[in-house]
Amino acid sequence: MRNETVNLRIDAAGEATERPISIAIVAMGGQGGGVLTGWIVKLAEDAGWVAQSTSVPGVAQRTGATIYYVEMMPAQGDRVPILAQMPTPGDVDIVLASEFIEAGRSILRGIVTPERTLLIASSHRSLTIAEKSAPGEGIADSGAVAEAVGVAAQDSIIFDMNVLATANGSAISSAMFGALAASGRLPFPLAAYHAVITADGKGVAASIKTFDAAYQRALNGGEQLAPPEAASAAAFPERSRPSSPHAEALLMRLEAELAPAVVPMARAGLAKVVDFQDLRYGAEYLTLLDEIHCLDRYLGGSEHGMLLSIEAAKYLANAMAYDDVVRVADLKTRASRHRRVEREIGLRSGQIFATTEYMHPRMEEIVGLLPARLGLWLRSRAGFYAWLDRRISKGRRVRTYSPGWFLMLYLVAGLRRIRRASLRHREEVAHRADWLALATRLAHGNYALGVEVIRCQRLIKGYSDTHARGQSKFAKVTDEIQRIAARADAADWARRLRETAIREEDGGDLDGLIRTIRAFA
Amino acid sequence: MAERSFAREVEHLRLGDGELFKGEAILAITKGLLQAGVSYVGGYQGSPISHLMDVLSDAQEILGELGVNFQSSANEATAAAMLSASVMYPLRGAVAWKSTVGTNVASDALANLASGGVTGGALVIIGEDYGEGSSIMQERTHAFAMKSQMWLLDPRPDHALIVDMIEKGFELSEASNTPVMLEVRVRTCHMHGSFVAKDNVRPAFTLDDAKNAPRRDLGRIVLPPAAYEHEQEKILKRMPAAIDFIKAHQLNEWFGPAEGKIGIVLQGGMYNNVIRALQFLGLSDAYGNTQVSLYVMNVTYPVIDSEMEDFARGKEAILMVEEGQPEYLEQALNTVLRRSGLAARIYGKDVLPMGGDYSVQALLDGFETFFEQADPRALGNRPPRPDARPVLALPIVEKLKSVVPARPPGLCTGCPERPIFAAMKLVHQDLGEHHVSADIGCHLFSILPPFNLGNTTMGFGLGGASASAFSKSGGKRSIAVMGDGGFWHNGLTSGIGNAVYNKHDGVFLIIDNFYSSATGGQDILSSRAFNKTRKTGNPIEKAVRGVGATWVREVDHTYDVGRMKRVLTEALTTTDEGPKIIIASSECMLNKQRRVRPLEAKAVKDGKRVIKQRFGVDEDVCTGDHACIRLSGCPSLSVKQLDDPLRDDPVAAIDNSCVGCGNCGEVSEAAVLCPSFYRADIISNPSWWDRMKSKSALAFIGFLQHRRERRRTFLEAA
Repeated sequence: MRNETVNLRIDAAGEATERPISIAIVAMGGQGGGVLTGWIVKLAEDAGWVAQSTSVPGVAQRTGATIYYVEMMPAQGDRVPILAQMPTPGDVDIVLASEFIEAGRSILRGIVTPERTLLIASSHRSLTIAEKSAPGEGIADSGAVAEAVGVAAQDSIIFDMNVLATANGSAISSAMFGALAASGRLPFPLAAYHAVITADGKGVAASIKTFDAAYQRALNGGEQLAPPEAASAAAFPERSRPSSPHAEALLMRLEAELAPAVVPMARAGLAKVVDFQDLRYGAEYLTLLDEIHCLDRYLGGSEHGMLLSIEAAKYLANAMAYDDVVRVADLKTRASRHRRVEREIGLRSGQIFATTEYMHPRMEEIVGLLPARLGLWLRSRAGFYAWLDRRISKGRRVRTYSPGWFLMLYLVAGLRRIRRASLRHREEVAHRADWLALATRLAHGNYALGVEVIRCQRLIKGYSDTHARGQSKFAKVTDEIQRIAARADAADWARRLRETAIREEDGGDLDGLIRTIRAFA
Repeated sequence: MAERSFAREVEHLRLGDGELFKGEAILAITKGLLQAGVSYVGGYQGSPISHLMDVLSDAQEILGELGVNFQSSANEATAAAMLSASVMYPLRGAVAWKSTVGTNVASDALANLASGGVTGGALVIIGEDYGEGSSIMQERTHAFAMKSQMWLLDPRPDHALIVDMIEKGFELSEASNTPVMLEVRVRTCHMHGSFVAKDNVRPAFTLDDAKNAPRRDLGRIVLPPAAYEHEQEKILKRMPAAIDFIKAHQLNEWFGPAEGKIGIVLQGGMYNNVIRALQFLGLSDAYGNTQVSLYVMNVTYPVIDSEMEDFARGKEAILMVEEGQPEYLEQALNTVLRRSGLAARIYGKDVLPMGGDYSVQALLDGFETFFEQADPRALGNRPPRPDARPVLALPIVEKLKSVVPARPPGLCTGCPERPIFAAMKLVHQDLGEHHVSADIGCHLFSILPPFNLGNTTMGFGLGGASASAFSKSGGKRSIAVMGDGGFWHNGLTSGIGNAVYNKHDGVFLIIDNFYSSATGGQDILSSRAFNKTRKTGNPIEKAVRGVGATWVREVDHTYDVGRMKRVLTEALTTTDEGPKIIIASSECMLNKQRRVRPLEAKAVKDGKRVIKQRFGVDEDVCTGDHACIRLSGCPSLSVKQLDDPLRDDPVAAIDNSCVGCGNCGEVSEAAVLCPSFYRADIISNPSWWDRMKSKSALAFIGFLQHRRERRRTFLEAA
């Protein structure tokens, strides 16, 4: 075939190069992509251009990913251009993405190409159900999208248009329209954009305000494409004056005893346990941590960056500040909480608010609060216990800021003083001891494995059922770890066991993995 | 009340001679019907047809002036049967629906209509929901047109032509005594364009004229011997008449050079993308001046043999561009050319994909192969064609594939159906999994994460019917889900009536959200809203008792997850015989917000006392387990990363889009999850009593808080 192409007529049909400007809008259903599409079409028509838009709302109209497509061309007298009904990969001039992962999706569709495509995208994330429902951490890496934008787009304007829109009291479509105007890719004056919004007649003032803000923001080059808030990068809180000389003393002890690498995490940990109980509890924390720290030194932990101590500092604090009714009552009754809620609900002056808590206390929680002996006695009386549970275990709507309920919560929070004597505390201490013992024992033979065992504390969290599930997972995982402790790759298996256990509600198959491991052995 | 108000669009329907209509094609079609002097319009909503129905129901005034009877039909069969008004009388009637699903439902009536034939023009507007974004099985309406012998129009995506085709369609129908289908694809329906309008026409012969002077003709009734005569009529009279009309009025179009060794035959609907593909190959300009001769079939059934022969004569090769499968037109083309002994080689599905969208990309690839084989010289110097493959091959982009998560559709923020499925999931945790036969509607999203409930779906309103096989008692019970839309579409008889009569032992869950929500929030029989042109407010409960159901439970507040759970458990465990019917009712939140928001805003403005609720999460109480999300999936309930080195997992968070439906709290309470959710009642323009109460309470609370803060020791500032 090819050789035939040598001596061929090469005249292109008419002005084959004369192409419409093509614009794809990738959005989520219900995000106002339709409004933006309408605006762009009107913009072109007002300038005497021929414009055509198409869309496939379908079921995506309900929060799914969807795409709108616009083509526009200057009218040539009575010659009407024939415009395509869907974007062609490699032939799209402008892509507007209303969310950052959707921008990534548009790249995968092939409609963002280095030869011609300007990508205008909001850097904010609206998480997909898979990301949200994953137990533990499941958020997609926006950094990968940022990288891809770098190589796929000819040019890009990216910033958080969602925040900007909210701040200016309008929808993201106004912000995207503003960014489009600033890009200068369309040969229409700024006034024309304003005219379109004004003609719309709905929420004009706010839309214009948002539009202008986005326009300016885009002119100032949007945002540098760093991976938006990398998940792991959690900042350590600024050091502030402790509230008492005793606290100061504890901190001094911490800094004296622990290697510099461990100090920041240990500070955070210490702060948490003291906040949970009291200074004495903090001292307890330091003592336990110091034991592990010494072992760490002895095992030459400095080559491992004192990982054992750092992880211990973290998970020991979490283990000691366990979730119980007292803690919940304490957190819910703090003044800082009242202020935070005010912020979250955006309370305006002249408004007042009250909150209702959804609590479902069960006999387990009550018994946990009781002095150990009494608690154990009650548990041994199965019938009586069940009878009590029937009376106690039911959903309760707690009107936090009504005097009566508040006083009740306040008194429960006050039980912190007798917490140490409670059954729950005794059980937590026992668990903690076994866990640390196991970790230290295994660390002797296999440093990495010790670290993994420390990390297993992550499996235990939450309240009632969630908490019970966590404990059984923890037991399963640590038992298996002990079985395989001798193996060279034990640490690696331990990690897999833990991660699978975390994902269990969501398809992780712990028993399956355990069977596999045993099959290998 | 439909999802959006079409007041603005309705004004378009008033446009007169010479005025320019600008808007969606589906609205252009609506206007076209009025210009063609239609007497009655019916149909059933559903993408991409909903807007036609919505605009007309908002346009009662205009319809009144023109004497047009518009009905929101009970289902597509009802709509199709409505066309029988055109059998004996010179009345133009049109009906519309989503296809092929709607045509499936309508086909009994259509077959009868097509057999007896029509006197007045009968037009069926087909919203062909095929290809990307479609919500239904991938099939072609073409087959229905052929089997019942109804003419099928598939006009170029151009407003002016489509509107003209409506008028021509009616004329064709009358000239050949045959009902006509006008097929428009999803993208075309939602396509923005323009055309020059004409005045609306008031039908000369009215519905009253018909009613007051009834006519009958046994020959039009589908009974032997008439039925046999009908078939002969179809072959000997109606088909030839149609062909003559189509040729005489040149409904099909020729573009490009008359001669040339190759040509392309295409469905009208494919035209725009075909031109773009040719343009990329340097064989056409942006205005459709093509170097390849095109035969555009704006009528895809019947095939006009003589036109095909004329087009093929002298050509070496012809490419048939026909979206969807099987390739009926390609087969027809083969027959025509073989019969006439024309030698042109026929290309089609061998170079183009058998199924799926004929996107510009797909056509471009097919055309390249076609030209390579049939006429490589035509490609000339091959201008560079758009190509994303190099970019997609880049490692960084490759990597992206594994990063970008799917974004399936889901229930809206505050949807009243969410708590129902949360409750069902909790019941499954207690009683084990049950077979759930799902139905069509928003509630079908239960099959997707996070609920993953639902084993089959068999069609609109058939959720109940599709559990029929599991009717005998013993073992676990089946759960059949049905929406109020599907219930009135046919579910009352096919599902409930059937279950009562056959003593079905299973559970039948009817989800009543006051509207036909998935299709845009249209009113239905059981809608609560007052509707001046329809009779609403007919309770589902009465209907099911009316067909003999005895075990009926109503949950009038679906957000009460605990109650929902109890009722489901009772239904699954009770010893009572017969179907256990649960009617779960709460208003569709999307529509409720549209209704209530403006009122609230006004009330606040007028200084009235207004309580608004929304939910929040105490981030330091939340443990980041996300069990709440696995029982909800509400768009406003998400997760966020905390700046706390001690925390591994992101915690739950609720954004400002929360409408305070209560699901979060109810679920965490019913599932005994965790106490981190709070509900905030925000009072605008509080009364002096409110202020006094809250003030004194906060004073007392402040005192206690202060007392404790004084004693608290801390290391880091909170």
